[in-house]
Amino acid sequence: MSHTPFIWAAYTVGTIVFLWCALAPLARKKSALRDIRRLIQLEESSGDSNP
Amino acid sequence: MNTNIAVKDKPRKNALVMFIHKMGSPPWFYDFTGKLIPWIWLIFGVLTSWGLYLGLVKAPADYLQGESFRIMYIHVPSAWMSMLIYTSMAVMGFIALVWRVRMMEILAMSSAPVGAAFTLVALVTGSLWGRPTWGTYWVWDARLTSELVLLFLYLGVMGLYSAIDEPRKAARAACLLALVGAVNLPIIHYSVKWWNTLHQGSSISLTGGSNIDPSMLWPLLIMAIAVKFYYAANLLTRARVRLLEQDLRKGWVQNLVRERSK
Repeated sequence: MSHTPFIWAAYTVGTIVFLWCALAPLARKKSALRDIRRLIQLEESSGDSNP
Repeated sequence: MNTNIAVKDKPRKNALVMFIHKMGSPPWFYDFTGKLIPWIWLIFGVLTSWGLYLGLVKAPADYLQGESFRIMYIHVPSAWMSMLIYTSMAVMGFIALVWRVRMMEILAMSSAPVGAAFTLVALVTGSLWGRPTWGTYWVWDARLTSELVLLFLYLGVMGLYSAIDEPRKAARAACLLALVGAVNLPIIHYSVKWWNTLHQGSSISLTGGSNIDPSMLWPLLIMAIAVKFYYAANLLTRARVRLLEQDLRKGWVQNLVRERSK
């Protein structure tokens, strides 16, 4: 039995899981920053409308 | 003489206490770790490239297992990390519960997904090594089963944390679960000694030497160090994001975003 496919499969799975685990928080950060910008805009616009 | 030592040590102690104290401050933590993370990723990249080159290219094939032993360079460091991360999560959870340190709650909860990723990789790569070596992908052996329980514990901690709306209450409940689950760690470690398992015993010991040839051992040790940098970088990145999410209405976060938008 050739062992090569098992080695490739192990490293491919490892790479996918570790890449996903490293990139997922970056996507969450982008979304959090978007929420904060929206909140700032809302606060600024409500502050402008109040005399 | 003793007084001199005490006087000399005092500023160093104060510096350490000051550093720990500063790390508890979200704006300082966010700023400091933001500068640190790229360097940790760089060290991880260098160590991983070096370890994988030695392990996959330079190390000779094993006389018994053939080429399949090379799976060890991802499997063993992942399995070690799955236990180490759970230990650190439980310790941070304990500190968070006893002293109510918010940064510890955040760090403990940020550890869970990284630990789950390492456990998943350890299980899958172990299974892929088991097929050519044992002739099966899976057996309900004590080591494999207790490692699977560890994955469920990580998922349980993550699930409980997301199930409660208030982040601090959620973190305390999940930290308690993490602490209770720590009972599984000695079971995983000693499973190969306590029961007759298909999984082999330890080949490396901190005290008793190793039965692996140095040409195969060094890449393993380099990879074991490399994954610790992966954990550190990933943990700090996740903790920073959680801080942003939890403090989005606070002044320091809004000022930070305002400054970046300029």
